Amino acid sequence: MHHTTLILIELGAIFLGLGLLGRLAARVGMSPVPLYLLGGLALGAGGFVPLVGLGEFGHIASEIGVVLLLLMLGLEYTARELVTGLKGSWQAGVVDLVLNFTPGAALALILGWGAPGALVLGGVTYISSSGIVAKVLTDLGRLGNRETPVVLTILVLEDLAMAVYLPILTAGLAGLSLWGGLRTVAVALLAVTAVLLMALRFGPQISRLVHSPDRENFLLKLIGAALLVAGLASTLQVSAAVGAFLLGIAISGSTAHSAAKLLEPLRDLFAALFFVLFGLSTDPHSIPPVLGLAVGLALVTSATKVATGAWAARHAGIGVPGRLRAGAALIARGEFSIVIAGLAIASGAVHGQLAALATAYVMLLAVLGPVATRFVEPLGRPFLRGRKVPPARK
Amino acid sequence: MDMEETPLPGIGVRREITLANGRRVGVVVMRDGQIELIVSEADDPDACAASLPLTPLEAAALGGMLGAPQLVAQLTDQHSELPGINTQQFVLSADSPYADQTLGDTRMRTRTGASVVAVSRAGGVIPSPGPDFELQAGDVLVAVGTTAGLEAAARIISEG
Repeated sequence: MHHTTLILIELGAIFLGLGLLGRLAARVGMSPVPLYLLGGLALGAGGFVPLVGLGEFGHIASEIGVVLLLLMLGLEYTARELVTGLKGSWQAGVVDLVLNFTPGAALALILGWGAPGALVLGGVTYISSSGIVAKVLTDLGRLGNRETPVVLTILVLEDLAMAVYLPILTAGLAGLSLWGGLRTVAVALLAVTAVLLMALRFGPQISRLVHSPDRENFLLKLIGAALLVAGLASTLQVSAAVGAFLLGIAISGSTAHSAAKLLEPLRDLFAALFFVLFGLSTDPHSIPPVLGLAVGLALVTSATKVATGAWAARHAGIGVPGRLRAGAALIARGEFSIVIAGLAIASGAVHGQLAALATAYVMLLAVLGPVATRFVEPLGRPFLRGRKVPPARK
Repeated sequence: MDMEETPLPGIGVRREITLANGRRVGVVVMRDGQIELIVSEADDPDACAASLPLTPLEAAALGGMLGAPQLVAQLTDQHSELPGINTQQFVLSADSPYADQTLGDTRMRTRTGASVVAVSRAGGVIPSPGPDFELQAGDVLVAVGTTAGLEAAARIISEG
């Protein structure tokens, strides 16, 4: 069969399969990401139906998927929200980082995966899935709860931390010298600060530059700008994803809103392909040996996320049930843990088992996180007795 | 009583008031303009007993219903020395023949003697609307007139 024909058939089958899996996920109200990973596992090397020939296209497509994921993340938040979050809740951000980066990093060191492995696995366990968390809180009708802003602020801080972490990761994986690494981090910090300041001062002007009343025009300008900025960031070794994220932050207001609407289907398409290809690169036979480790890591890092959320909620004067709700909401890990693991695998600088461990870990917590969020409610009930309703302010 | 505004990063903003009994009542306004009505739980003030998505029309109607009684009370108070003059409010429902028509089209003053002195819409009040004022479903009309006139006005608003 002709090469292109084969690829068309394969892609068609993949997307059709993903569509069916996504429908299943929607029916039980869960995130489709773990199912996409599962789909990838089933199709990959050593899987049930091995795929061939997606090589170059798949590689580029999943790179675009990552760029779009981060661009959409940047669009979600305004520069002002990021700065307010940083000013008001940096302590919660530090607690989050210390409690949740450490278990992953420690496990990687114990397994002898070295500093790059620790950097990667720490990142995987650190970052909650803002996509899953926001959706679950909306679905459970908890947007009006008093702990919800606390949870959302922690997510904002994590996402901002990504802008600094990803360049460090890229430098660490590339095996740069200390000097080279420091230079990369300095460039990243400078870029983040510059973009935040620019977005605060010239947000409307930047948005007007990208905006166009014509959808087609707007889409082309957006994608063009995103890929260009991502590419430039990559040349500076700041990581393409961070470039896209910063561009997203710089676009604000109604432009950001319509951009997000326009890009959503494209993001879904390319990100789905990214998740499948990540699953494809993992041999399903490598999962059972690390399953025990994944379960252990999932349990420990669920506990540390609960502790993080509870600490931050307590700091905000919220009662015990609210603290538990905040903690449980943060457990879900998802797309960005896979992005981190994907970058690591692509660089080839980490142990091969890491992909299997990250896949199993994310599949567990993407499913368990929302379940825990839903069922933590009764656990807090006994603490309600004796808690007085705060007096009304006149 | 203060209105408290809390940003919800990535989602929108929450606006609420704390009632005399300690319950919180308010709205979550999403980025795309969608509105959710929230009411806090009685025994857990951090949680929400209800969070109801409202369409813009429903939100406007609710705002009108909540805002109008105070206006009616004020007007009634002002006419208290004039016997026979009453103030009453009417909700313009979506199936009223005057939804999307002008106030002049109702010819209310001519037909009943009652006049519409204010319209409460989306939580705000439009005082002394003119004949070319366009009515919308969900508007609360505040009318002043005699008892008989107001009864007739209520019929006109609902049936035409």
